[in-house]
Amino acid sequence: MSSWDRFLDSFFNLKVAAEYLPKIIDGFWLTVLLALCIVVTGLVAGLLLAVLRSFGVRPLNWLIIFAVDLFRALPPLVLITLLYFGLPAAGFSLTGFASTWLALSLVLMAFAEEIFWAGITAVPKGQWEAARSTGLTFLQTLRMVVLPQALRMTIPPLTNRTIAITKGTALASVVAVQEILGAAQAGVSFSFNPTPLTLGALAYLVLFVPVVLLGRWIETRFAWKR
Amino acid sequence: MPESIIRAQGVHKHFGPLHVLKGVDLEVAERELVFIIGPSGSGKSTLLRCLNRLEEPSSGSIWVDGINMLDRRTDINKARQRIGMVFQSFNLYPHMTALGNVMLALRKVQKLPREQAERRAWAALERVHLSDRADHYPGQLSGGQQQRVAIARAIALEPRVMLFDEPTSALDPELVGGVLAAMRELREDGMTMVVVSHEMGFARAAADRVVFMADGMILEQGPPDAIFGNPQHERTRAFIRQINRH
Repeated sequence: MSSWDRFLDSFFNLKVAAEYLPKIIDGFWLTVLLALCIVVTGLVAGLLLAVLRSFGVRPLNWLIIFAVDLFRALPPLVLITLLYFGLPAAGFSLTGFASTWLALSLVLMAFAEEIFWAGITAVPKGQWEAARSTGLTFLQTLRMVVLPQALRMTIPPLTNRTIAITKGTALASVVAVQEILGAAQAGVSFSFNPTPLTLGALAYLVLFVPVVLLGRWIETRFAWKR
Repeated sequence: MPESIIRAQGVHKHFGPLHVLKGVDLEVAERELVFIIGPSGSGKSTLLRCLNRLEEPSSGSIWVDGINMLDRRTDINKARQRIGMVFQSFNLYPHMTALGNVMLALRKVQKLPREQAERRAWAALERVHLSDRADHYPGQLSGGQQQRVAIARAIALEPRVMLFDEPTSALDPELVGGVLAAMRELREDGMTMVVVSHEMGFARAAADRVVFMADGMILEQGPPDAIFGNPQHERTRAFIRQINRH
């Protein structure tokens, strides 16, 4: 057996691939579900915090900044294991799926809040003044004038951060979730062949390349006419 | 003299250690056009922004159209509909068309139904001769056109008073004319206007009164001919000399 054949047999073994493909596909959908949950929860919570912060209530803002810095500083894997292995000690247990969902949502929330906040503060003060001078309330101005502009500015950094954090769903394999990586690793240990990992890598590409392209599309779609 | 539509008394404004307005009294009669001039940092813009409470005065009293602007119980959003404001940097909403810019407050503040708001917005754009640009975004308009849309956005709400904060300072010289023309037409329709600007030609031709401010105080005021032709105060003389040189 030449080394080339050995390489093919290890990473592109069709028999193993056919056997474990269904597991990987199951893992794929689980990853999609987990990623969607994280993206929705994280972005909504992040936007909510940024909006709260714009009210300028000092003690509340300190709290927000503290939480945001905390979740930006903690490695996501630490957070996941802490929730999964730590909470039961407090008489409260989460599934692997729920721990990952919660942990990565908190991390995405923290980064998203910072990005949304940067977007809100980047909208010129004159926009607030013009809107308020016509009698729009603070909230109306925020919703109809400031946020639409802030969100457009935040789309590129937000897309990058969202992709980076949703790729962290692979960390769920540590807490026994059979998402793509978990399913692939299980496949490797049963078949004694790394081909399932190749399938897993392909599955990630199938999942995230369209997301990257979607990000690009949204970016151009929402750039306003000049 | 008819009842004042704007009455500001003893207005002080502090920004931290800076004392920007030092007890300013200003009365403006209905249909009057008052020009405020003065060196930069004299507090002109701050005074203007206090009138609709974009800036919160530290003390004093401000009444506009019978409304006590500084009373906590005053619905400031309602009061502001009577006071149109035009800014140096236009401040159009870049994500909305010209028509969208003018319609926003008609829809959301005055709660007009869509067709009615659209009709009023259209009429306002017509008044600044820009109805043919209604579907353009601010980025597709020249500075002068943007400023005229901003004027339309303010007058669409049918305000009783219009405030202009250096409306032509950010414009290329060839675009100033259109904005001044729009202001002159407003003037001819009897709008009460307070204008912070250095357009002396316009002030001479259109203003009823010129107010000279320096160091947060009104030093001198009177008809344009008197202020420009025969200023009494040394600071005013120096200022007029300086702008005449340009």
